Amino acid sequence: MSDHQKHNVLKVTNLMKRFGGLTAVNGVNFDFPKGQISAVIGPNGAGKTTFFNMITGIYVPDKGNIELDGESIVNIKPDRITSRGIARTFQNIRLFGSMTVLENVQVGMHIHLKTGIVGTLLNLPRVRHEEHDAQREAYRLLEYVGLAEWYNEEASSLSYGAQRRLEIARALAAKPKVLLLDEPAAGMNPRETSELTGLIRRIQQELNISIILIEHDMKLVMELSHHILVLDHGEKIAEGGPEDIRSNPKVIEAYLGKSAVEEEIQI
Amino acid sequence: MGKIQTILQANKLAQGLLLAAFILVTAGAVYLIDRSVTAFLLMLASLLLLYYTSFSNGMKWSIAIFLLVIVIPFATSGGTSRESYMEVATQCGIYVAMALGLNIVVGFAGLLDMGFIAFFAVGAYTYGIFATGQANNFISGELFPLSGGSFWIFILIGGFIAGIFGILLGLPVLRVKGDYLAIVTLGFGEIIRIIFNNLEKPVNITNGAMGLSSIQPPDLFGFQFTFPHQFYFIVIGILLIVIFAVRRLEHSRLGRSWKAVRENEIAAQSMGIPLIRTKLMAFAIGASFSGMMGVVFAAKQTFIDPTSFTLIESITILVMVVLGGMGSVPGVILGASLVTILNLQVLTEFTSWLNQLSQQGIFEVPNALSPSKMQRFIFGMILILVAVFRPHGLIAARNRRLPPEAVKDPSPPLSKPEVQPD
Repeated sequence: MSDHQKHNVLKVTNLMKRFGGLTAVNGVNFDFPKGQISAVIGPNGAGKTTFFNMITGIYVPDKGNIELDGESIVNIKPDRITSRGIARTFQNIRLFGSMTVLENVQVGMHIHLKTGIVGTLLNLPRVRHEEHDAQREAYRLLEYVGLAEWYNEEASSLSYGAQRRLEIARALAAKPKVLLLDEPAAGMNPRETSELTGLIRRIQQELNISIILIEHDMKLVMELSHHILVLDHGEKIAEGGPEDIRSNPKVIEAYLGKSAVEEEIQI
Repeated sequence: MGKIQTILQANKLAQGLLLAAFILVTAGAVYLIDRSVTAFLLMLASLLLLYYTSFSNGMKWSIAIFLLVIVIPFATSGGTSRESYMEVATQCGIYVAMALGLNIVVGFAGLLDMGFIAFFAVGAYTYGIFATGQANNFISGELFPLSGGSFWIFILIGGFIAGIFGILLGLPVLRVKGDYLAIVTLGFGEIIRIIFNNLEKPVNITNGAMGLSSIQPPDLFGFQFTFPHQFYFIVIGILLIVIFAVRRLEHSRLGRSWKAVRENEIAAQSMGIPLIRTKLMAFAIGASFSGMMGVVFAAKQTFIDPTSFTLIESITILVMVVLGGMGSVPGVILGASLVTILNLQVLTEFTSWLNQLSQQGIFEVPNALSPSKMQRFIFGMILILVAVFRPHGLIAARNRRLPPEAVKDPSPPLSKPEVQPD
């Protein structure tokens, strides 16, 4: 079975975004395979986060299309993108600091909870039931990422690595088809990174979620990814599996400069 | 002292006995002594003591309702100052409800609203226009004034109309954030007041600066509510409903989405929370609490004019929320009570005490420095002191911590997390 026949969950066609004089993303084409881990890498300023932001609706592309399971998601507001099945974490951690760890995950469940204002004010049994179920479901997600013992703590009091895991739990609460992780390992030490690698792999295998990562940690990228997209100055300069990318001269040049290519350094 | 504290913390019976003794003494003092502000304030303070006991929530609420509905009205009924005590208590109730409404906008959703009194005005005028002959000016048929029996349905109508105004304010205003939002809402509050002040031509809807008088008092099967001690029960009734509603909202999906929007708007949006709709809900609900109390205010005062709905009133309610603790329901209740009592009792008592002193020739306080006039200065000082010493307010907002039984579940976890060796 060739790669083209494998189902693509997210299809990006000719995507372009300009900010004034700067073209942040320039005509990028890529297919993200369903149920697998893909990575978007490239030097700083390559346009990776802008790329993510267009997928999640924070920016509207100037040109091009993004299709989720065949349906275009361009021009849809960020809060509606979530109901389509895309959830994300952020490069700079964006937790709800003064809420508890459990409540943060419960917010992630927003689109799946049905209670509105009338139900809340009348305190109907159905509403109380939904809340109790939500509390338990949130706790289970915390157990999954290993944060269960801190469920009552204020989110801002968690350690850095724990905060990153909480963001992931919160994103999982939205029951997404596609999980976007924006530099999930940033600032982590080797042990934390190794635990994170295990967690991401488990999410892909056990929960059947397609994962797209932006990452600078090459060890993590090479270990986890099935498919890699390399951006530089807003353009795709390479794509392929880890082995292809590792020794691709264009990629090496983008990260390490021309001399690195001559010295045959591998990423 | 520390030892007594530890004994007290462990022993609910001791707490109960002490509280009962305190209530007995203060209520007795209020009943027997004529016009003792201190005794009255101490009696009200028993509610605060009740908050700090370790009784169950159900127990605390039962005792609180007993105090509010039975003890306080009864204790104040002996003697000549009954109505002035009840007036203070009623005003407290009105302001607490308004402050709880503002707390939803400012405390939960983090939207700084400096024109909140506008919704109170909307509620007041909604009842005022139809409970006087005013509506005859634009609706033909001499149907008005409506009888006081319509007061009860107007509580809901006033709340609803104020809610609509909350949405009307929110729509244009939510494009701006932070300080700009504060200024725009301040402007809106003033605009409402000025509109009401001028809405007498071409059609006389609000009677302009002259205000609306002879507003019909509430009528319940022939019984007319005219005295403060009667309005007290209406206010307490509405207040209890408001408190119930706020507590339900705080720990609901909607309450969480407000707090999420406050903490991190972009992340909230990414979790599927619709920003505009969520913020408009905050405005609408907060405004409706204010509107309901506006109707009560109009019926109680039987006269309203635009001078009751000025900027200083909006700031007063904001001070109540900040002093009590933004986002904290018990804090806001305490803050609103304290500021109302400060305004109505402490400042006026202090002024008359100073006047007494100057009459006796001991002390001459220049008129400009009289405490009632120093109200704005005192508010400013309160805000500064709170910002410096207790930025989270008197009773800071606390998260709800769930017991393990509420979150743990007999069914198996999603999968066992593996611990990776180094």
